Amino acid sequence: MRRVSKLAATVAATAALALTASACGSDDSTGSGGSSGGGTGEGAAIAFDVGGRDDASFNEAAARGADKAKNDLGVETYYQTARDDETDADREQRLQQMAEAGYNPVIGVGYLYGPSVERVAQEFPDTTFGVVDAVAEGDNVYSMIFAEHEASYLAGVAAALKSETGKVGFIGGVDTTLINKFQAGYEQGAKDTDPEIEVDVQYLYTDDPKGFTDVAKAKEQANGMLGRDVDVIYTAAGLAGNGSIEEVASAENAWAIGVDSDQAEQPGLAEYKDSILTSAIKGVDVAVFDLISSIDSDDPMSGTGEYGLANDGVWLATSGGHIDDIADELDEAKRRIVEGETEVSDTP
Amino acid sequence: MSRPEDSPPPAGGEGSGNAGSSDDPGKAAAAPPGAAGSGNRSGGGFLAAKLSDPRVREKLLLAVSAPLLALTVAFVLVCLVITATGQNPFHAFEAMFNYGTTDRSQVWILNKAIPYYLAAVAVAIGFRMNLFNIGVDGQYQVAAFFAAVVGGALALGGFVQIPIIILTAMVVGALWAGIAGYLKAVRGVSEVITTIMLNAIAGSLIGYFLKEGRLAERNQNIVHTPDIPESSRFFTIDTGAGLIYGTVVIAIAAGVAYWYLLSRTRFGFDLRAVGVSDSAAEASGVSVKRMVVASMLISGAVAGLVGMPTLLNDTGNFGNNFPSGIGFMGIAIALLGRNHPVGMALAALLWAFLERTGGHLNFIGYYQEIIGVMQGIIVLSVVVSYELVRRWGLRRQQRIVGAELAARARTNDTVEGVA
Repeated sequence: MRRVSKLAATVAATAALALTASACGSDDSTGSGGSSGGGTGEGAAIAFDVGGRDDASFNEAAARGADKAKNDLGVETYYQTARDDETDADREQRLQQMAEAGYNPVIGVGYLYGPSVERVAQEFPDTTFGVVDAVAEGDNVYSMIFAEHEASYLAGVAAALKSETGKVGFIGGVDTTLINKFQAGYEQGAKDTDPEIEVDVQYLYTDDPKGFTDVAKAKEQANGMLGRDVDVIYTAAGLAGNGSIEEVASAENAWAIGVDSDQAEQPGLAEYKDSILTSAIKGVDVAVFDLISSIDSDDPMSGTGEYGLANDGVWLATSGGHIDDIADELDEAKRRIVEGETEVSDTP
Repeated sequence: MSRPEDSPPPAGGEGSGNAGSSDDPGKAAAAPPGAAGSGNRSGGGFLAAKLSDPRVREKLLLAVSAPLLALTVAFVLVCLVITATGQNPFHAFEAMFNYGTTDRSQVWILNKAIPYYLAAVAVAIGFRMNLFNIGVDGQYQVAAFFAAVVGGALALGGFVQIPIIILTAMVVGALWAGIAGYLKAVRGVSEVITTIMLNAIAGSLIGYFLKEGRLAERNQNIVHTPDIPESSRFFTIDTGAGLIYGTVVIAIAAGVAYWYLLSRTRFGFDLRAVGVSDSAAEASGVSVKRMVVASMLISGAVAGLVGMPTLLNDTGNFGNNFPSGIGFMGIAIALLGRNHPVGMALAALLWAFLERTGGHLNFIGYYQEIIGVMQGIIVLSVVVSYELVRRWGLRRQQRIVGAELAARARTNDTVEGVA
């Protein structure tokens, strides 16, 4: 997973230190001149996708990784969130400004950052860039991709086992290839467990990133599903998913399945945690922490990191104990995937 | 204020005559630089003579006071908001100015302003005849999508292919807007409703075709149309601080064409006449229905150009990362620029400037959301101040005319008295 030459590491570290020095000298208006030591320059900068740091899901997972780096390693962190309707030019300028300000690594969260990370990384060969959910080319780029379909498969198994009505639902934020992976794994997991089961699939938007922020629309969609006797709803829609969870919590005998973070543990969703069956977790925090600590120890990661069930990059949350009774079935399903007996499709 | 209108006609009370003369007061009010320019040609003496004319002075006063009021109000409000967040507004302005005027920023701002300006022109064509084309957003996306599909399927060399791509975009944009125009003219359906609905339909249409195996190919999580060959990209201008998109030429051409069409042609006159009063226009022989369809088609064709800077100068394909929402930005910019070709250019640049510097503010400890607040405040203060100044101008004019009439009546009395 790591292909790092000592030379590159040394160059990066030296350059980072040089950047730190120049950043301190030229830009004292920021008031954050203090270097944290190591190779991280001003610290780690995270550029979030729409929805922002506190979406209790995808972005928050990345933030948790960076927060952990701050606590454990003393690395400074800087966050900035994307606005709705951004273009590649906006994303590029955000990454550029972060690199210019001396942050290292600079991490783009979300596949939309793929092309911009690739371009900006060429401009700043001495800064390490990270990108979540996309593979970007470059010697100074670490791409983090996740086997969302594998975790979603387990979510499908859990949904099928817990459903009383024989109908389970999937709500996706935007009908894109990435979210299709969640759907594909979930459907396959549910069908493999109970061939008779009906999976109700809905997307909030076909082609508009608003689907990751439109909480009201997700709530509406979940309401519709509940009306059609669906009693387990898995929502992969970032911040928007909170609406779905809220709606499910207001119904009797229905379960929500969270995504990306352990949503039952999120303070923002605390009042609904008894309705959250489990969450299909993407270890974005683990990946982000690994990258930051690799810079901190002057041994920057590069290449592509693939996170799946096998290397505990994705998993199913157990908090609340709602799936303890089906733990055996889930373990079995996981074993079959890890050992290659079950091939989880990433397209529906 | 319910409908954005062109620069208020302060002096001309008699509607059609006002819209007819090429040197109408509306234009003079909106374009003091242009008016001064035409004065220069005839020599300084003429200009001075013009300035001493109280009616010209009156127009200038109104023309200057509206933007001045808007700027002052916006500035004060923004200061108050930033102060309320416990930060220093002046430091923020200074940082924005310093960062926004660096070479790289200037290039970025110019490139960013190109689609904004085109969107504003598209919206303004509708505004000038009281048509709300809210659908520029859907129009440019559908247009850019099909233009990208056509461009990706052909390999003819730039000289042939670039015009084909641009033409495709304009035709598709015009057709998409034309649906709303047709429904308005034939069925009387409000264009506000239809264009908003067409935006949603546009999103679904693109979503349907933008799938692997249909009209698109997949690159990891980004699905996009096949790349347009390098030879069919638009030229760029290398400044040393970044590349300026060559499509800036398209924006300038669109601005000039907009100005010429509206103020120098019969069609433009008809269009503005319908905007002032459709019943009066109808009575004087203008077919309002034809104008509605025609202006929606033109508006849509210009909207089709909005995606071209991104398509031909940047991405080279239409993917699920193609910018959306520029059409709505265009509405704000058209309002801000008072539908004037130069005004909208300044507004588009201002918008791009704010977006460039917003991110920078975040680095020095301000909230980047302050930029959104600024944009909102600026649009509101412009709309409100122009309306206030228009009313104030009307009252002022009534007072002046009243005083003149009273004075004349008095002299008449004395004359009669002597006789």
